[in-house]
Amino acid sequence: MDACCGTGQEPAPPVCCGDGAVDDYPYDRGDWIVGVVDSAAGPIPRISTELSAPDARGRLRVRLGVRRQHYRVRPGLYAVGSPTPDAPVLVTANYKLSLDALRSELDGIDAWVLVLDTKGINVWCAAGKGTFGTRELVTRVQDTRLARVVAHRTLTLPQLGAPGVAGHLVPKLCGFSVRYGPVRARDLPRYLAEDGRATPEMRRVTFTLRERLALAPVELSVLWRPKVIAAIAVLVALSAVGSGGLDLAGWPSRAAVLLGAPAAGLLAGALVTPALLPWLPGRSFSFKGALVGAVAAAVLVFGLGAAQSVSGIVSIFAVAMTIASFTAMNFTGATTYTSLSGVVWEMRRALPLQVAGVVLALAAFVASFVIG
Amino acid sequence: MLGTGLRYVEGVTTLEFAPDRCDGCGRCIDVCPHAVFAHDGAAPTGSSGGDAVVALADKDACIECGACVKNCPNGALKVRPGVGCASAIILGWFTGSEPTCGCDSAC
Repeated sequence: MDACCGTGQEPAPPVCCGDGAVDDYPYDRGDWIVGVVDSAAGPIPRISTELSAPDARGRLRVRLGVRRQHYRVRPGLYAVGSPTPDAPVLVTANYKLSLDALRSELDGIDAWVLVLDTKGINVWCAAGKGTFGTRELVTRVQDTRLARVVAHRTLTLPQLGAPGVAGHLVPKLCGFSVRYGPVRARDLPRYLAEDGRATPEMRRVTFTLRERLALAPVELSVLWRPKVIAAIAVLVALSAVGSGGLDLAGWPSRAAVLLGAPAAGLLAGALVTPALLPWLPGRSFSFKGALVGAVAAAVLVFGLGAAQSVSGIVSIFAVAMTIASFTAMNFTGATTYTSLSGVVWEMRRALPLQVAGVVLALAAFVASFVIG
Repeated sequence: MLGTGLRYVEGVTTLEFAPDRCDGCGRCIDVCPHAVFAHDGAAPTGSSGGDAVVALADKDACIECGACVKNCPNGALKVRPGVGCASAIILGWFTGSEPTCGCDSAC
């Protein structure tokens, strides 16, 4: 009975602790559970601080945008190293990447890890939605009977959990006080060693080239959705039709244009714009994307060589620039520094232009059939 | 380099700060991921007699995440929180609701 919460057993006992709100969900099997630690609330699973090949494969999978909603661990209390009742309590979300990012930095550290049920969403997003929130924190503290496990009364939260947690209200609700640790787990060992002191650098988010590029595959993952694959097949089929009817000789070059322009736009907006973000002019992503899209279109036009109609060239530019601008604008959701107000500001200006771009592209495309 | 080094659209944030309600506890400084706040050395001591009150050091860096508002015990801060995510906003326009990430996109 005592061992029911947070042991990663499958399937979960129907009602164990608290309100039984941890639903019967096929959680990750927990190969990263490597033992058991004794506590006053019963045995607590000890988790590894090393990431395995399955961990790396899982991370690759979600970074490619495949079933990202289904990479969760069972919420509850875990142990790292050999924690005593004086060891710190580190709180995280039950998105497996969040737990992996935390535990992989805890080599040589003894701590308790309290995993909240954020429905498999990472800390910062869940905090914004309220699932990494005051209520869930309090519930998890109570459900795991944390007050029996540790002698102190401090919860160490990731700083990016702050949008969802009213830290000053938590003591009244469950008897534990909240302190916010660093943004990045890799600063935790130093933070803990210096008794909870965070440098200004530890409290700032970054958006490095590496971080930006790590997000590109998800932006591109629209390509491997079934509907998009179907649309591509349709486009390829359509391009068999020339201005005089079925025209197989001209099929490859028309297909190249029909697919090449959107592809250029997508790569421009989803890969090149994020990569070159700090160096592209302007503040708005839609503008940066349109610029890169124009360059991509120019490269494509140049590469396709002579024998292109004016309307064909216009349609390539219109398609590539519009798709690049829209895709880059969507990247705002993945950044660490855009505000809602700023995105609304640029969308009100960019969307009409993007719609105009679609109209122009269609008109030029039709014209290239009619005029030739 | 401290922070992202990247700047977004300026002069649009909905962040509001009432210094007269601030007691200098510094929670906002702890939770803000973009150093919008700093202790104001020039200001008189706060109502609790503690550190000097907080001041806005970089208002335009605000991403409206709401962490400061959520963690201010004195109600000195207001912001219209939301996701800075274009697809969430478009979804909100169509469904007539608040911008919400379906979390199918790269959030």
